[in-house]
Amino acid sequence: MFTYYIIFAILLAIGSFFNRNILLRKIMLVAFLLLQTGIAVYGFLNLHKTEMEFFTYDSLGIIFLCVLTILSYTTIYHSYIYLQHRKDNTRNQSLYFFALILLIISMTCVYLANHLGVLWVFIEATTLSVAVLIYHERTQLSLEATWKYVFICSIGITFAFVGIIFLSKGLQGSGSSSLILADIPAHLKNANVFWLKLAFIFMLVGFSTKMGLFPMHTIAVDAHTVAPPPISAFISTTLMNVGFISIFRTYSLMAGTSIQPWMNSILLWCGLLSIFVSVVYILKVNHLKRMFAYSSLEHMGLAAIGIATGGIGYFAAIFHMVLHSFVKASVFYQIDQIHRVFHTYILSKTGNYFSKNITGAIVMLILLISITAMPPSGLFVSEFLIFRSMFEAHQIMALLFILVLFTLVMWALGKNILKMLFVPSSHPIETKEPLKIRPIESVSQFVLLAGAIYLGLNPPAQLVNLINESIMLLPK
Amino acid sequence: MVNVLLITFLMTLFYIAIANRILTFIRVLAVQGVLLFFVVLFQLEEINTFNLILILMETIFFKSIAVPLFLAYIIKRNKITREAEPYLPNFVSLIITTSIVVATILLTNAIKDSALDKIFFIVALSSLFTGLYFIITRRKIVTHIMGYLVIENGVFVLSLAVGTEMTHLVNVGIMLDIFVSVLVLGIFVNRIGNTFEEMSVDNLTNLKD
Repeated sequence: MFTYYIIFAILLAIGSFFNRNILLRKIMLVAFLLLQTGIAVYGFLNLHKTEMEFFTYDSLGIIFLCVLTILSYTTIYHSYIYLQHRKDNTRNQSLYFFALILLIISMTCVYLANHLGVLWVFIEATTLSVAVLIYHERTQLSLEATWKYVFICSIGITFAFVGIIFLSKGLQGSGSSSLILADIPAHLKNANVFWLKLAFIFMLVGFSTKMGLFPMHTIAVDAHTVAPPPISAFISTTLMNVGFISIFRTYSLMAGTSIQPWMNSILLWCGLLSIFVSVVYILKVNHLKRMFAYSSLEHMGLAAIGIATGGIGYFAAIFHMVLHSFVKASVFYQIDQIHRVFHTYILSKTGNYFSKNITGAIVMLILLISITAMPPSGLFVSEFLIFRSMFEAHQIMALLFILVLFTLVMWALGKNILKMLFVPSSHPIETKEPLKIRPIESVSQFVLLAGAIYLGLNPPAQLVNLINESIMLLPK
Repeated sequence: MVNVLLITFLMTLFYIAIANRILTFIRVLAVQGVLLFFVVLFQLEEINTFNLILILMETIFFKSIAVPLFLAYIIKRNKITREAEPYLPNFVSLIITTSIVVATILLTNAIKDSALDKIFFIVALSSLFTGLYFIITRRKIVTHIMGYLVIENGVFVLSLAVGTEMTHLVNVGIMLDIFVSVLVLGIFVNRIGNTFEEMSVDNLTNLKD
C-alpha cells in the first residue's frame, strides 16, 4: 500500500507541476487528498505493519499522520482561496501545489520512517520543498527568509547527521550497526556514554531547526513572516511536529541509558529558554504573524519541558502537540482573512475587525481563548498535565517561572488581539477597499477549534491508547 | 597512504583559509573531492561494481566536477568579483584555522576509545569547524555555499572514520539530498543576484523585530 501511495502521490505532484488547467488541478488535488486519507486510514488499521522495509505504521507516527491528513484538507482549501485572491499566474500556482504535495509526502515519510537514515533524508526533503512555498510571494523579504531557512536548515540537518554518526559509533561498541529505530535501544545499554552525549546534543540542535526550539528558532520565525498564511499554518504545526517526532524518537532511543537525567536537564533548559525568548519578543512585537510564530515557539518550549519532566509529561507533550496543531493552524487560516481585510500584518494599522468581518472576529475571539489555554480550550488540559508533571518532578522554581511568563503572554496576546477586534485603528486606514470575506471560509476554523476543545475535554480512547503505546518504552 | 591523503586534505583547509580568490576556493573543493575518492578507495575492503559506481558518483562526479562547475557558472552569471572578501585578514584567518585543528587534536586525544581512528576523526572535526568558520567570516553569499560544502566533506570523512554502513538506498538518498540542496541554494543565489546590486549578506538583514 505504501508503495502505491508514494508512486501515485509523486505522479500527482508531477502532474500538477505540468498542468495548467484549473478543472484538472482541482481533480488532482481531490485525488491526492483521498490518497492521503487512504494511507492514514490504512496505517491506522494496520498498526505496527512494516512496508518497503523502512516505513512502519507505529503509534506515534500514526497520530501525527492523522493530524497531517486533517490539516492537508484545510490547508489545500485555504491555499486555493489564497491563490485566487492573489491572482497569481497559473505557472506559479502549479509550482505552489507541486511543492505542497511534495511537502506533504515527505512529512508523511518522516512520520513513518523506522530508520534514522531514512528519517534524515526526508527531513531534508521537507526543507527543500517548503523553501519553494516560503518564496512564493517573491519579494525581497521572502528571498531573505527563504535563503536563511534553506541554508541554516541544511547546516542544522548536517549536524543531525553528525549526531547519527556518533550514535552509530556508540552502537559499534556492542557490535551492532543497524540504525533501525526498534533495534537501537537494546544495543545501547553498555555503550560509551561520551558518544551518546555527543550524539544527543548534535541531533537535538539539528532537529530543533525543524521544531523551532531555541537557539535555532529565528529561521522558523522569519519563515512564518513571509510565507503565505496557509503555509505558515503548516510550518507552525505539521512541520514542527516533524521536529518534535525526531527529537522524541531520539530521546526514546537513549532514555534507557544512564544519560537520561542529563538529557532531561538539557531539554528542560532548552524549553525554558525557548519560552523566555518567545515571551520577550511577544511583548514587543508589532507584526501579527511574528506574534503567533513566537507563540508557537512558546508552545514548543512547553512540549520540550513536558518530555524533560517525564511521568505524565510524556503523554502531555504529545497531546499538547496534537491540540496545538489544530489551534495554531486555524490561527493562520484566519490571519489570511485578516490580511485580506486590512492589507497588512502590522498590528498598529489594524482595528475594528468586528465591524468588517464578524464571523472572522468571532473566530479570533475563540482563538484567543484557545491559544492562551483558558479552560474550555483543549490546550488547558495538556498544559495542566505538563504543569502537574513539573510539580511531580520537583521543578517548582521552573514552574513558577513559566507561570509568570505565561501570564505575560496572556496579557500581550489579549491586548493585541482585543485591540484589533474592537478599537478603531489610530493610524489612517488604507485607502484600499477591504475585500468581502465569505463566512463559509471560517467554517474550517470553527471545526478545528471545536475539535481541539472536544479532544481536550473528552479524548477518544483510540487516541489515548495510541499515545500510551508510543510512550510505553520510556521509563515511568 | 590513507594518512598521507588525509593530511593533504587537512592542508587544503589551510590553503582555503588564505585563499584570496573565489576560483581558488572552487579548485580546492574539486581537489578535496579527488582526495576523498582515493581515501574511500583505499578504505574499501571489497570492490564491487555497484560500490565503485556509487563512490565515483559521490566523490569525483559530484564533489569534483558537478558542484565546482555549477559554482563557476553562478559566479560567471552574476558577475561576482573575484575576491573572497573575508571580514578578517588572511593572517588571522590562518591562525584561527590552526587553532581549530590544534583544539580538535587535543579533544581527540582526550577521548578514551581504543576503536577510534584518530587521524580520520581529527580531519573530520577540523573541516566541520573550519567550514563553519568560513561561513561566519565571509561576506559573499557564494562563499557561504562553499563553507557548507567544506562541512559536507567533513561529515563524509567522519562517516568513513566511524565506518557506518548505511544501506545503499539511504546512501543514495543522502547523496541526492545534498545535491539538490546545493542546486536549490544556487538558484536562490541567482535570485539574490538579480534582486540586489551586490551579493553580500549585508543585504539580508531586513527581517527583525
